[in-house]
Amino acid sequence: MASFGNAFSSSIGKKLIMGITGLFLILFLIVHCFINALIFMNDGGVTFNTGAHFMASNWIIRAGEIVLFLGLLLHIFQAARLTLNNQAARPVKYAVTNGQANSKWYSRSMGLLGTLLLIFLIVHLSNFWVVSRFTGIPTEDALGQEDLYAVMHQTFMNPGIVVLYVLSMISLAYHLLHGFASAFQTLGWNHKKYTPLIKTIGIWYSIGISLLFAAMPVAIYTGLIK
Amino acid sequence: MSTGNMNLTLKIWRQKDNKAKGNLVDYKVSEISPDMSFLEMFDVLNEDLVTKGDEPIVFDHDCREGICGACSMFINGRPHGPKEGITTCQLHMRSFKDGDTIVVEPWRAKAFPVIKDLMVDRTAFDRIIASGGFISVNTGNAQDANALPIPKSQADSAFEAAACIGCGACVATCKNASAMLFTSAKISQLAQLPQGQPERYRRAQSMVAQMDAEGFGNCTNTGACEAECPKGISLENIARMNRDFYSAKFVSEEEV
Repeated sequence: MASFGNAFSSSIGKKLIMGITGLFLILFLIVHCFINALIFMNDGGVTFNTGAHFMASNWIIRAGEIVLFLGLLLHIFQAARLTLNNQAARPVKYAVTNGQANSKWYSRSMGLLGTLLLIFLIVHLSNFWVVSRFTGIPTEDALGQEDLYAVMHQTFMNPGIVVLYVLSMISLAYHLLHGFASAFQTLGWNHKKYTPLIKTIGIWYSIGISLLFAAMPVAIYTGLIK
Repeated sequence: MSTGNMNLTLKIWRQKDNKAKGNLVDYKVSEISPDMSFLEMFDVLNEDLVTKGDEPIVFDHDCREGICGACSMFINGRPHGPKEGITTCQLHMRSFKDGDTIVVEPWRAKAFPVIKDLMVDRTAFDRIIASGGFISVNTGNAQDANALPIPKSQADSAFEAAACIGCGACVATCKNASAMLFTSAKISQLAQLPQGQPERYRRAQSMVAQMDAEGFGNCTNTGACEAECPKGISLENIARMNRDFYSAKFVSEEEV
């Protein structure tokens, strides 16, 4: 009987999993950024809280959350596995290398950037996700909804957290700058008509989404939004 | 015998054999002509070492005109040195300055074990080719050249992939020591021509499996291979290999 054999354990199969989970996380970031950007309505967080309430109560979204965590873990697990494979493929290192002559530094530093993002995610999840899902949101807003915006506001009054978030969004921008177009290449989507478009969209997406995310703690800390 | 005016310091990897632990050794060369090729500079140095009764430095070389792919030298952190689109034998000393220090190392990859000094064993590439980089045809009279019409653009693209000389610069420069550019070029030169179709998906599976078995790393799309390839093999080939591999694994019912 025919089977998929080593489809996923082969070098290309492992890359495929990285690419698919990466694109899935890219899609998630769009939703996450859109909902969070509701704080820019500058209405004391009422619209944002409504969005957050919908995300927390809709069962499809909750099920999606589980898939999201699985996707994220798979992305991290595959990355670790690939990194170990790749290190084993060159047991004796070069005395001199000149990577900047032939490639971008961030394309060679996806592991480092990803590790920085993982550290950020641990802080980020304990700031908001743990509060909203487990320990409970203490206050209610003008409409009587759970006031996640108040938690956000309080968190971003700490300048250390704001700096961490902004630096992490720089890591995110560079991680995506390579990851976005790279995922399409791994999927085999290299085409004279589409690839330039994918690369352009990738640049706009990476910078745009990171800037929007970074603007949130900055706007709250500086009092631009109340 | 030298007639030039360049004086250089070389740091060259010396390793007695595959088992020995190697190290970088300093050498001085003087009166080097800027018109010499890099390998000719090595010939001068070796001549000097032989005269002194030292062991000459072992390095791979053959055609010395950029088509055989033998001259594997990792020069100042780049395969085949600082210039683009050439092999070491096509690199001239005018690409360096008088007084420069040049570090020369062998290709570094688990799949390319050092034989001695700068010479590495690249038979892993031969085994990848042997696993599927061919077409099976019956012997007999050659077909008429125009019996199989092939669009010019497709023939050109196949030929561009076929320009790969198997030098191993892609593996040497890749931070993961991945052989995907090489393997994809060898898959692509056949996948784009009618003669390559009957075994297309079997080929993609076998060659990727052999590439993995040899212990090469995984591609992270940094593009370093494409930038350093002396023959300008494109990353498009890796995408094509990926597509053929997915077709083989997820569409084809044949299992290899």
